[in-house]
Amino acid sequence: MTDSIKNDDLLTIAGKSYQSRLLVGTGKYKDLAETRLAIEASGAEIVTVAVRRTNIGQNPDEPNLLDVITPDKYTILPNTAGCFTAEDAVRTCRLARELLDGHNLVKLEVLGDQKTLYPDMEETLKAMKTLISDGFDVMVYCNDDPIAAKKLEDMGACAIMPLGSLIGSGLGILNPHNIRIIMESANIPVLVDAGVGTASDAAIAMEMGCEAVLMNTAIAGAKDPVLMASAMRKAIEAGREAYRAGRMPRKKYASASSPLDGLIG
Amino acid sequence: MNILVNGEPKTLPDQATLADLIIQMELTGKRIAVEVNAEIVPRSQHGETHLNENDQVEIVHAIGGG
Repeated sequence: MTDSIKNDDLLTIAGKSYQSRLLVGTGKYKDLAETRLAIEASGAEIVTVAVRRTNIGQNPDEPNLLDVITPDKYTILPNTAGCFTAEDAVRTCRLARELLDGHNLVKLEVLGDQKTLYPDMEETLKAMKTLISDGFDVMVYCNDDPIAAKKLEDMGACAIMPLGSLIGSGLGILNPHNIRIIMESANIPVLVDAGVGTASDAAIAMEMGCEAVLMNTAIAGAKDPVLMASAMRKAIEAGREAYRAGRMPRKKYASASSPLDGLIG
Repeated sequence: MNILVNGEPKTLPDQATLADLIIQMELTGKRIAVEVNAEIVPRSQHGETHLNENDQVEIVHAIGGG
């Protein structure tokens, strides 16, 4: 029963369908073994990675992230985290495509400053234009501005990913009203990316009707990341099922669950 | 010849190719991507790409990130 519900309720991004609606990052883990265990426990099928200079003089036998999180098992989503200009973001995406043998799916994020890591929408839109004409499938991290989100969709984004709150803050979804407005007008998947702190935040995003949630620190920064990964998997599933089930209306006064007829006395 | 690899100076024999550099750095067979002077050089062309004095080479790989 559960399986049949899951099977016909798929997340589709850039023409590919997924069972899991939880997308996870690979940063901030203690080591690669913990990364692997947490990602397995999360059930995620799309896993985001960063692209950085190879350390010169690094132990050549040291395992690489992609030897542990392998592209044949997961959809690898290279991101442009740490880029503050459109130019750097585009360059990073092109390197990622070479790294992954021509794979076109990327997560674009162009940030405004180190303190807030808030999206710089002007640079994001600029990068978006180049990436689309270069044939990339772009999932884009953005602020929770419905106008910016619409522009990104019109430019050809394959998913819009507004922040719930600042990256790594764990403050949850601070402006659910804006996310709802973005979802109302979007014809592509809307994901909450950034800000989730614990399982209830993820469930709230899904109950609101988000197609999926992307998170990293909420799992990696938990005391027990593997257990939190499992909690997030359940929260995402529960939130999605609650959204599909349709919640009961809110009422001002009580409504008895037991019949009032046939009471003794 | 002197080149820069990921911002650090490196000396290579004249006529060295990108493939020679990758062998020297013990990165053969690793999942990397390479740029020479901000242009990507596809893996299939590493052997035939000769490096020149003052070339700026960037070698990247995937690491943990969100």
